[in-house]
Amino acid sequence: MLHVGSLEKVRLNINGHNRWVTIKASERLIDVLRNRLGYTGCKPGCLNGDCGACTVLVDGVPMKSCMMLAPQVVGKAITTIEGLEGTDVQKAFIEHNAFQCGYCTPGFIMNIEGLLAKHRHADEAIIEDWLQSNICRCTSYQEMKAAIQDVLHKRDQNHEELE
Amino acid sequence: MAMEYYRPTTIKEALQLYQQLSYAGKNPAYMSGGTEIVTLSRFHLFQAASLIDLTHIPETRVHDVDGNHLVLGASLTLNEISEKNGFPLLAVTASRVADHTTRNHITLGGNISGKIIYKEAILPLLVSDSLLLIASFEGLKTVPIHAVFHKEPHLSPGEWVVQVLTEKNAVDRPFFSVKKRKIDVIDYPLLTLTAIKVDGKLRVAISGLCDFPFRSVAMEQVLNDPSRPVSARIIEALKVIPGDVRNDWIASAEYRRFVLQTTLEEMYAALGGM
Ligand SMILES: Cc1cc2nc3c(=O)[nH]c(=O)nc-3n(C[C@H](O)[C@H](O)[C@H](O)COP(=O)(O)OP(=O)(O)OC[C@H]3O[C@@H](n4cnc5c(N)ncnc54)[C@H](O)[C@@H]3O)c2cc1C
Ligand code: FES
Ligand code: FES
Repeated sequence: MLHVGSLEKVRLNINGHNRWVTIKASERLIDVLRNRLGYTGCKPGCLNGDCGACTVLVDGVPMKSCMMLAPQVVGKAITTIEGLEGTDVQKAFIEHNAFQCGYCTPGFIMNIEGLLAKHRHADEAIIEDWLQSNICRCTSYQEMKAAIQDVLHKRDQNHEELE
Repeated sequence: MAMEYYRPTTIKEALQLYQQLSYAGKNPAYMSGGTEIVTLSRFHLFQAASLIDLTHIPETRVHDVDGNHLVLGASLTLNEISEKNGFPLLAVTASRVADHTTRNHITLGGNISGKIIYKEAILPLLVSDSLLLIASFEGLKTVPIHAVFHKEPHLSPGEWVVQVLTEKNAVDRPFFSVKKRKIDVIDYPLLTLTAIKVDGKLRVAISGLCDFPFRSVAMEQVLNDPSRPVSARIIEALKVIPGDVRNDWIASAEYRRFVLQTTLEEMYAALGGM
């Protein structure tokens, strides 16, 4: 049985690397990632589960790191925006100018990475449902949707070429 | 406050931990998704010195049919329940709670056991007369949801919900489920209403109207009274709401009553009057 004491060294798997870090069992994942490990790509917004700026992948599933305690992810694979290197989604965001100030961008990208990994052919309704988890104060929603459609379209094209 | 985290992998281990931590004065609490625990802790409204994470206990992850019942483990997330769609009314109702990412956290057990007043996932369980498998120091027991849930769950210290069992013929009934919010597509409900029809009689459960979710015998009697026209039944039903109607910054009590009235009309239109 796993036990994490009030202050304890634990091993977290982040972006494919094992990182030993001393945490308080009561600490939220966002605070451990940012303040103890320097993964500042997950952004604090509302810290209340509403804005999605803090989204990371846990075992490939988008999760809000402000809504989790760090011990909950011991033994699981965490992916932050720092773990992505020029993915199709990142490229499409640049091509479609899918951000303005960029504060919400890492959270949106992590959510979209999770979406496109799960739904290879996501339709409008699925995209809408997933995107509602994040807020963009600069209202780049249409550009983000265009970026997603572009990734899906290119995927379909590649698939056809392979066939 | 100093807090410790425990992750048991059996039901017995979880119960023993609760007992040991209680004796040691470490004020234990069970945890599933943790969203309410994190939310309330920020406002110092949740206190525990030790958390027992139930989500790695295999029985709480079950989604299966056992004999006459659909069995749903308490640690299934609302998204898992919606995606598997073994209980369509629950799948639809759960899919409107919070937002998609947050539903990757929120569990069935946590939603129905929490302090936050909405607990929308309980509504399908109330109208379907579901059973709860509860772990207690005396062993496992299966009890009707109505014996445990009255306005909020009434579990003895140390008890926790392992599974929800719903009769197979109850999960496939025609249903009506609607969530009315004030403006946005993501919000707590002004009103969430779920209904099914069993042997020609409507069963109705509501969240967001009062300070607790409910299924009311008095309301159902009126709503199923064949001697009155539907419009009169709705007016009578509004008179027997089993608590004060919420009156807050989101909506006045008067507006909520109006929303209930129109929602009941929609329910009859969908499921048919009598
Ligand atoms: C952004 C956001 C939006 C939300 N929107 C909605 C909404 O639209 N509708 C709605 O209904 N709710 C909503 N909620 C509230 C949410 O439903 C609760 O936070 C959630 O249901 C708690 O589930 P959890 O699995 O995270 O439970 P936890 O936080 O782990 O636990 C909640 C409580 O239940 C107890 N508990 C947990 N599991 C069990 C178990 N198996 N047996 C017995 N006791 C247990 C815990 O001790 C604790 O007291 C929202 C929350 C957030 C963060
Ligand atoms: S900071 Fe986590 S959801 Fe807003
Ligand atoms: S780009 Fe500024 S908040 Fe989204």
